[in-house]
Amino acid sequence: MLDRFLTRRTFLHRISMVVLGSLCMPFLSSCGKERAEDFLQKHFLEMTTEEKEILINRLEERYFKKYGKKFNLSIQEAIPNTLWGYGLDLSRCIGCRRCVYGCVEENNCSREKPQSQWIRVIRLKKGSLINLENSEHYYNPDTVPEKDFIYIPVQCQQCENPPCVKVCPVHATWKEPDGMIVVDYNWCIGCRYCITACPYRGRVFNWADPNVPTDKWNLSIHYLGNRPRMRNIVEKCTFCVQRVRRGRYPACVEVCPTGSRKFGNLLDPQSEIRYVIQNKRTFRLKEDLNTEPKFYYFFEA
Amino acid sequence: MPSFQETAKETWRFYRKTLTLVFTGSKEYYLWCILLLCIMGIGFLCYLPQLQIGLITTNMRDQVAWGLYISNFTYLVGVAAAAVLLVVPAYIYQFGPIKEIVVLGELFAASSIIMALLFVIVDLGRVDRFWHMIPWIGKMNLPSSLLAWDVIVLNVYLLLNLIIPIYLLVKTYYGKEPNKKFIVPLILFSIPMAVTIHTVTAFIYNGLPARPFWNASILAPRFLASAFCSGPAIIIIVFQILREYTFIKVEDRALFKIAELMAYAMFLNLFFLISEMFKEYYSNTVHIASLKYLYEGLHGHNLLVPWIWVGTIMNLIAFVLFLFPATRQRLSTLNIGCILIIAGVWIEKGPGLIIPGFIPDPLGEIYEYIPNFRELFISFGIWATGFLIFTLLMKVAIPIASGEFSHVKYMEEKNFLDPVKDGMLQKQ
Repeated sequence: MLDRFLTRRTFLHRISMVVLGSLCMPFLSSCGKERAEDFLQKHFLEMTTEEKEILINRLEERYFKKYGKKFNLSIQEAIPNTLWGYGLDLSRCIGCRRCVYGCVEENNCSREKPQSQWIRVIRLKKGSLINLENSEHYYNPDTVPEKDFIYIPVQCQQCENPPCVKVCPVHATWKEPDGMIVVDYNWCIGCRYCITACPYRGRVFNWADPNVPTDKWNLSIHYLGNRPRMRNIVEKCTFCVQRVRRGRYPACVEVCPTGSRKFGNLLDPQSEIRYVIQNKRTFRLKEDLNTEPKFYYFFEA
Repeated sequence: MPSFQETAKETWRFYRKTLTLVFTGSKEYYLWCILLLCIMGIGFLCYLPQLQIGLITTNMRDQVAWGLYISNFTYLVGVAAAAVLLVVPAYIYQFGPIKEIVVLGELFAASSIIMALLFVIVDLGRVDRFWHMIPWIGKMNLPSSLLAWDVIVLNVYLLLNLIIPIYLLVKTYYGKEPNKKFIVPLILFSIPMAVTIHTVTAFIYNGLPARPFWNASILAPRFLASAFCSGPAIIIIVFQILREYTFIKVEDRALFKIAELMAYAMFLNLFFLISEMFKEYYSNTVHIASLKYLYEGLHGHNLLVPWIWVGTIMNLIAFVLFLFPATRQRLSTLNIGCILIIAGVWIEKGPGLIIPGFIPDPLGEIYEYIPNFRELFISFGIWATGFLIFTLLMKVAIPIASGEFSHVKYMEEKNFLDPVKDGMLQKQ
């Protein structure tokens, strides 16, 4: 009943949208329909269910035209009573970077010029763990693991107190009910303040139009996750929102050859991740910053 | 009461006259404007590929996400703030015609703010989504995002700095006294706003625990201190140019007083710098990395080291020049000091503040950033835009202030040229 009455806020909002639309008429009529639709697209969280339906059809059609593939675009919401958590066994990780490339393929990241990766494996000399200043990002030996080094894969830590969400000037990024930090790629203005604020380098900027070979597209996509993206916006790891909300593991968990990666629902006492927290000695990166990551590193006890 | 039609006609006449003023001038004036327009054109041509291909055409990357644009932005916010804050000493020490100083200072601030906003715009990846940042229409992340706050305070400040001088100038044009009840509160409000824009801009960087280099509480005070050096330095030079070419008389005494105030500001600026250096070097924690990168290089990477030392030495020399009355009160040394400060503070507070914040990045990678030619030319283009705006504003403001361009003069001319029509007007 309530939503039948316009509140003052929505009324003002609609009036101003009409004014904005009419002011931009010359611009909108000069550019194509696609760009006009993009320009006027609302914030994802403010769309009604019908508007979301229209959006899905529109995007699927457009992706088909553009890439010649039939994508399956999902907007599936968070499963009730889930809070996703991640565990990573540092004593098992061999630094092979299969997770990095598994992620790139799963999430339709730009392959080259520039290649965008959501996971970054850094190499540290044995004996030091906290001071990342001595980390090596571009290690390239013939075989891993190397005798004197350990490896730390880092991706978005899905903080409970995410500094990136705090600083975004337009609310283009937020924390979902299941704890994942997502971005509305159509709302991001590309100011890169979130990249500046992230202590884990969890965010990646599309410095140019992403390029993915036609036969390499992953067609199972989520609006807030791995759908094809545009240039000059920020993207990030979502723990594979398109997979985990359908009961699958994130791609990096599946692809890891050593089984270092664990994943599960923090609210479920029987879950794998709760087992890890209960039985292993876990720590989180940069706990002193009070970001409360949901990404737990541990060692085989 | 004049009818609406009459008012509209008169407004149109006023604008037409200002346009004529803007389009007529000496040979030097034309050359200056054409030069600026050329630089703007080159800048715009450089900007187009950035828009079409993406920010990959700059040298910024994930490691160093902000570069030359945001450096210039930070510097210009300081300049804009200081131009208005100068009204306070101008009033206390009676530098001369206070109204003219207010008008000049605020127009100068307005030009600087426009430059600062342009720098933000070229830095934005998706300019086409600018409306997401407009209050009520878009979705501003208030109160938590400092960038959202900055957009608001900068635009309010810009409006203030346009309304106040234009109001004063239009009143002068018609030979009327400005309504003090309306304008004095606005002028007084613009002074705390100047402090606000600068503080909020400092807080953008200050509030990020991910960047220990900026996460020091001395940052906002340091911003204000350095703004009080660079802003007045530019104003001193502008005043000298204006008194050379126009009727505006600013006494030497006033310039020397400003220089004295700058010496205090520079002392504070250097003191804050020493405080920060002491804390970092004596405690010598891992957080020193960025400062080390800036001043001595880190793991063999030292692209910024020569720059920051040149900047620091410039500031030190300027401080000495401004400290002693003998050098402060001689125009030649005063001007050298001003130029040293303009450049020195730009290095210290532009690239010297923004870039090291990103080096090393939060995972310890060192990516050395130096702007490429595209970024340089786009930046030159924006500076040229600011200079052009200020020149054109001055072209109209000065004749109004001097009384050369006024309603009375206009009526006299019209009577002289067209007595019949005027006779009709008088009959009405």
